[in-house]
Amino acid sequence: MCSIEKQGSLFILILNGEEDDQHRLNPTLISSILSALSQIKSQATAGSALVTVARGGSGNFFCNGFDFRWAQAAGSQSGARQRLRHMSDSFRQVVAAFVSLPMPTVAAVSGHVAAAGLVLAFAHDYLLMRSDRGVMYMPEVNLGITLPDYFAAAMRAKIGSPVALRNVVARGVKVRAKEGVELGIVHSAHDSVEGTVEAAMRLGEELAGKEWVGESYAEIRKSLYPQMCSTLSLTHKLIISKI
Amino acid sequence: MCSLEKRGNLFFLTLTGDDQHRLGPPLISSILSTISKISSQANAGSVLITTAHGKYFSTGFDLSYARSAPSPSEAIDRLKSMVESLRPVAAAFMSLPMPTIIAVTGHAAAGGLMLPICHDYILMRSDHGVLLMPEVDLGLPLPDYFAAVMRERIKSPAALRDMMLRGVKVTGEEGVKMKIVDSVYDSAERTIDAAVRLGEELARRKWNGEVYAEIRKSLYPESCQVLGLIQKQLVSKI
Repeated sequence: MCSIEKQGSLFILILNGEEDDQHRLNPTLISSILSALSQIKSQATAGSALVTVARGGSGNFFCNGFDFRWAQAAGSQSGARQRLRHMSDSFRQVVAAFVSLPMPTVAAVSGHVAAAGLVLAFAHDYLLMRSDRGVMYMPEVNLGITLPDYFAAAMRAKIGSPVALRNVVARGVKVRAKEGVELGIVHSAHDSVEGTVEAAMRLGEELAGKEWVGESYAEIRKSLYPQMCSTLSLTHKLIISKI
Repeated sequence: MCSLEKRGNLFFLTLTGDDQHRLGPPLISSILSTISKISSQANAGSVLITTAHGKYFSTGFDLSYARSAPSPSEAIDRLKSMVESLRPVAAAFMSLPMPTIIAVTGHAAAGGLMLPICHDYILMRSDHGVLLMPEVDLGLPLPDYFAAVMRERIKSPAALRDMMLRGVKVTGEEGVKMKIVDSVYDSAERTIDAAVRLGEELARRKWNGEVYAEIRKSLYPESCQVLGLIQKQLVSKI
């Protein structure tokens, strides 16, 4: 499950670790994030910013992707596939909600982040990562699973170098924070969980201090990622708030 | 306004005056008619060098002209009309049948950044001037062709985000690191000298201009689409 804390202009979206410290995305967590985002969106004002953090348990995971345990609990292969497809369809709305959220978004990636979890991190404008442990990777190629269209679109949108894109998506290479900075995927690397979260909060406050008009911000963001928007069925609006 | 001068193979399009070269209807139409004149005089070996006088390259659309409209809705109409009239300027640069070089010797912001970003080579001075997309600060969305050209010219997702979604000011040297700017020089004169040297070097290739323009267009398919440019198949010689 997730919860929201408000600190001044910052909304803090917390992935809690009571049930599962890997924060695996199952229908419960997915719908909890979706309703949190919808609540945050309804309370947004100029100068809001969102910081996503993971808490609880060993602290070694930010998000380890879809919850395969839940899929496998269906008891049959076809049932498991159906459950996976269900998660993939409902998580699409989470990514769409991030991409259209009317405020800057920062992810404090304080541990491993894989598969759908990496898509969640990439759905933010800024990805900060802890450097002392934790990797980001896309294990689909190893698992023999293809990427949902919006996963691939998110990877293409956020990983500019064709070589890095191939390595992450088609080779399952594990990327540490400092390598991520070199590849231009990670905004900054920090040497502890606390350091990562503090830096994310500082960045969030700095961005909030700009008091950007949220609706225009969301439209500019969407104009950066046309392919991702088209797989997420997000359309553009023309907004001129003031001149 | 802008002036046109021809020296050998080089066309010089210059934004004249020491003002901010704000893109109001007069400057936009002056640039458009100058490019059309250049296009009609193009030969194999022609090269365009664009420069501007003063501290500012161009600070974008003339918002004071828009704001001086009698009502807010007419102000928005004026802005929209400037956005639409700059579109053919971007299209004209993207389809100009010759290599294009810009010597950015002062600030280039918003619509004023569209001009450099539509040139093949961006040379910039390092001692003064920034590239900037302030739309996020102004609460204005980006016109579709701005976004398309920026996406196709700035391939690093982080650089693109920093410019468009954070409005960071990019100096010449940062622009080189972000792979937006080709090279920097420590004064306006040196920037222009370097642009001329590059221009002469490219002119010596005597490229077929029409083919050159088609090849350029094939590099930027999304920009061409929003700018209404259609690609042609040409075989000038085999």
